[in-house]
Amino acid sequence: MVVSHSQSAALTAAAPMGPPRSLWADARARFFRNRAAVGGLVVLGLVAGFAIFGPFVAQHSIEEINWSILGKVDDAGGPCFLSGPDNEIPPCSETGHWFGTDAQARDLFARTVQGTQISLMVGVVGALIAVLVGTIYGAVSGYFGGRLDNMMMRVVDVLMSVPYMFVLILLLVVFGRSILMLFIGIGLISWLDMARIARGQTLSLRSRDFIEAAIATGVHPFRIILRHIVPNLLGVVIVYATLLVPSMIIYESFISFLGLGVQEPLTSWGALINEGADQMRQGLWMLLIPLAFFVVSLFGFFFVGDGLRDALDPKDR
Amino acid sequence: MTDVLLETRDLDVTFDIAKRGAMPWTRPDALQAVSKANLTVHRGETLGLVGESGSGKSTLARAIVGTVRPTGGRVLWKGRDITALKPAERRAHGRHVQMVFQDPLAALDPRMNVGQIIAEPLKTHRGDLDAKEQRRRVGEMMERVGLLPNLQNRYPHEFSGGQCQRIGIARALITEPELVICDEPVSALDVSVQAQVVNLLKGLQKDMGLSLMFIAHDLSVVRHISSRIDVLYLGRIVETGTAAEVTGAPKHPYTRALISSVPIPDPRLERTRHRPVLKGELPSPMDPPSGCVFRTRCPIARESCAEARPPLLEAAPGHCVACPFYEDAGAMGGAVSA
Ligand SMILES: Nc1ncnc2c1ncn2[C@@H]1O[C@H](COP(=O)(O)OP(=O)(O)OP(=O)(O)O)[C@@H](O)[C@H]1O
Ligand code: SF4
Ligand SMILES: [Mg+2]
Repeated sequence: MVVSHSQSAALTAAAPMGPPRSLWADARARFFRNRAAVGGLVVLGLVAGFAIFGPFVAQHSIEEINWSILGKVDDAGGPCFLSGPDNEIPPCSETGHWFGTDAQARDLFARTVQGTQISLMVGVVGALIAVLVGTIYGAVSGYFGGRLDNMMMRVVDVLMSVPYMFVLILLLVVFGRSILMLFIGIGLISWLDMARIARGQTLSLRSRDFIEAAIATGVHPFRIILRHIVPNLLGVVIVYATLLVPSMIIYESFISFLGLGVQEPLTSWGALINEGADQMRQGLWMLLIPLAFFVVSLFGFFFVGDGLRDALDPKDR
Repeated sequence: MTDVLLETRDLDVTFDIAKRGAMPWTRPDALQAVSKANLTVHRGETLGLVGESGSGKSTLARAIVGTVRPTGGRVLWKGRDITALKPAERRAHGRHVQMVFQDPLAALDPRMNVGQIIAEPLKTHRGDLDAKEQRRRVGEMMERVGLLPNLQNRYPHEFSGGQCQRIGIARALITEPELVICDEPVSALDVSVQAQVVNLLKGLQKDMGLSLMFIAHDLSVVRHISSRIDVLYLGRIVETGTAAEVTGAPKHPYTRALISSVPIPDPRLERTRHRPVLKGELPSPMDPPSGCVFRTRCPIARESCAEARPPLLEAAPGHCVACPFYEDAGAMGGAVSA
């Protein structure tokens, strides 16, 4: 052995103590110290729980019409917990319409649960496609650089300049409206920004010594991308993905608001808000309840995204 | 003569620098970082490479390990040109030549733990070893460089600079390479740690029969560890010889100036010594002086120096100088009596 005993004893003393702290563990600790972020996470957990367990609690299906309320929804369709002697709303024990009914006397609770499922799914699927496709695409483009980078980024530019609303409407008209089409439309655009962000980060990672060390060692380029580039991109990617979820939800809501989104009797937050807005004068609850879910969840995502950014990039505070 | 491990022949590295605000079709400026560099590393020896900051030392090292593409010349490994290899063969060659970096922490992936970092070259080149054997070798190598092997699951930012450099050295040695290029391995470390790391490298070299290429920006570290020294100025090798010759009897005016900037421990000698100090700054490598690139700072420059690049002349067997007038420089002093 080369090292003398006294020397290795000195090293023992200087060696790090306590459990190993990966950068991820550090970030997790910082995240959980952030009150707003934890609050956002709790809210999102509740909303997700609502979407998952709601169907077991709901007293009605999403398309079942309550004939006894139809025709007088304005007076009798309100949330049943508001039922009292001065209104016509039947008590909860009778109807189970906790959130009231929509304009066609269908149970709004069941419909909100179902709308939450679709909206969250759209947001999460959009973000997942962005993370998977965008990160790899951007990392490959940035890592190899040169002509390949040029070509790949021009493709992104072209896709970005396409009026995607128009394309989506065309898709929906040609292939018919379906959730699949909606996902395809969202998948087509969600990864573009992510690809650009990942590429930019990769360019700056490329000049770091540890990447050079891997190249000099002879590590295969794809392994460098997967083992060195992507893990070091992940902080930025995760933050951007959490912020992408709400923008995907808004995007879907907008399409649904135009009447092009999910198909009846299925619904989403955007479709519910759209229908509620039409009934604003008579049945304010039809607007306020889905709107509350929408707004609270968006804030949840923003707070979590913010917390993640602070936690993962402590220099940037 | 011992057998030759690595040779560069007229190695050129030129970077394209896009002019600021230029149109994409205009020709970029050329920055010649390394120009017609010839160096030789023999088996088991240590070659010191010395030059100011920006003289192209790292670029030369990068061209040898293959992270920068040479724009001209050849890199010969045991006589075989490795710049012409196919990408997969070039990667496989990485097993024989490894590099240790200047900034010890920056050279380690912050998302990997020490065990993964040191094992990476093994995973790349020794796929035949199973995971258990790889872990055993990593532990053994950590012990060899003075790290506790039970720290494998630690992350780089938990270690001091000197310990990070030991991790870097362990990674470089794990595939049992024949040549290790150390690019200013100690200049980012505390003085007290520098000696430890240099001694570690020396010991490992002896144990493993390594060849080293040791890069530094001044002679004080290199002279103790090197058997031969090459002096680099603005991408050109201006003097090459044994360590004793280059530090004891420097010939090139630039080397003399470098030597005189190394303080002599004896204060009386230090005071009486005539010190030719370098005037002016390193010229831009985008627009190097014609002829001898050192002429803008050379105390004995003359008109003819602007005409042609001076060839490396053999002043003594194995001691070459790129200055035809080196004998006149004798008057300017600067040699350190060893
Ligand atoms: N990737 C690059 N692109 C453009 N120019 C570069 C690149 N790498 C190095 N250079 C330039 O090449 C010249 C030599 O740089 P190099 O890093 O090899 O010097 P060095 O001797 O290692 O200096 P130091 O002691 O500071 O590490 C410098 O002028 C530098 O600006
Ligand atoms: S060639 Fe001329 S300028 Fe260059 S080092 Fe010699 S004397 Fe100086
Ligand atoms: Mg350097």
